[in-house]
Amino acid sequence: MKTFQVLGSGCRNCDTTAKRIAEQAQRCQVPVTVEKVTDMAAILGFGVLSTPGVVLDGKVVHAGGVPTAEQVTQWLTGG
Amino acid sequence: MLEGFTILADRLVFQGLGLAPESALGQAAHFFVEDGAKIFFLLAVIVFVIGFFRSLMTPEQARRIIGGRSRWRGYVLAVLFGAVTPFCSCSSVPLFIGFLEAGIPLGVTMAFLITSPMVNEVAMVILISTMGWKIALAYLATGMLVGLIGGIAFSSRRLKGCVEEYVWKIRMGATATLAVDHSLKGRLGYAASQVREIVGRIWLYVLLGVGVGAGLHGFVPTAFFAAHAAADNPFAVPIAVLVGIPLYSNATGVIPIGEALLAKGVPIGTVLALMMSVAAISLPEMIILRRVIKPTLIALFTGYLFVAFVAVGYLFNWAFGG
Repeated sequence: MKTFQVLGSGCRNCDTTAKRIAEQAQRCQVPVTVEKVTDMAAILGFGVLSTPGVVLDGKVVHAGGVPTAEQVTQWLTGG
Repeated sequence: MLEGFTILADRLVFQGLGLAPESALGQAAHFFVEDGAKIFFLLAVIVFVIGFFRSLMTPEQARRIIGGRSRWRGYVLAVLFGAVTPFCSCSSVPLFIGFLEAGIPLGVTMAFLITSPMVNEVAMVILISTMGWKIALAYLATGMLVGLIGGIAFSSRRLKGCVEEYVWKIRMGATATLAVDHSLKGRLGYAASQVREIVGRIWLYVLLGVGVGAGLHGFVPTAFFAAHAAADNPFAVPIAVLVGIPLYSNATGVIPIGEALLAKGVPIGTVLALMMSVAAISLPEMIILRRVIKPTLIALFTGYLFVAFVAVGYLFNWAFGG
């Protein structure tokens, strides 16, 4: 089970990011939980300024834009 | 090289669609095709090149470099980095908090917030290719100057009370560092993803800008602007700024509008003032900023930008007019 957190203040790009992760997870049949983090203190706590950011199992893997489907697949299937 | 777009528009609009070059529709359609194709082409190429060399400055890097500098160096760096850091306005809240948290003074943070949406390297290249390097340089210099003076004006200690209290309590974690793939394949992939990201974010505003520019170019007679927006009309500049403030677009999207207005004989100062006020601040941006600063500061911020852009307008109309 992989845990994803999408960091963002609720803009459209953040929704797109969360949706993309959920879609790709379903496609690759990897069980995941996707949580949206909108609390500013929490987002900055991860050391991210440019949203949307993506946290995988507690580690920041992406910041400053919607990740591509390939990137998401890599997170899902890698280590 | 860019003449290709004129030829493309000639072929497509005059020969393909059979529109007469003298007709209003023909003029508008020609402007739309030529500018639309040129701007999207330049946008994609520049973002790709910048992405390939990974020289796109992130707000995280800007924060690290500006933080811990003396106040005056901070202002200069904030304005310079503001000019090379394109950021989405939905990031302005975390950016604002992150800067203050790094001990960067409020004034320096404001200088960055003012300059960043107005000036960036992508818009500069497009500006040079559509309106010439003199206007591009004037835009760059005044954009940075407005940011610098604004930062200094907002450095008063009393204004600290206008920042929401919770902002001061936030503690930021160590700046996240992301794994970077430096292989050729990784660079190409990253560059392509940057193009998708940035074009995907702003294409609508660019298209709208080109559409409005085309409409002005084809359908609004030069006499209209001569009568209402000439340099001898003292209200033209403030009205242009008032119209531009609530509107949201980005620096690239507003260029075709400026280009069309300039070609119609609207004075350069009025055009610059309008372009800057559209790019710098908008109603959505104010609503976003309301989450971190109190209404008083938003009003002061907007008021300052209004005065600054009107001053820019008058100055350039006076310097380059008649």
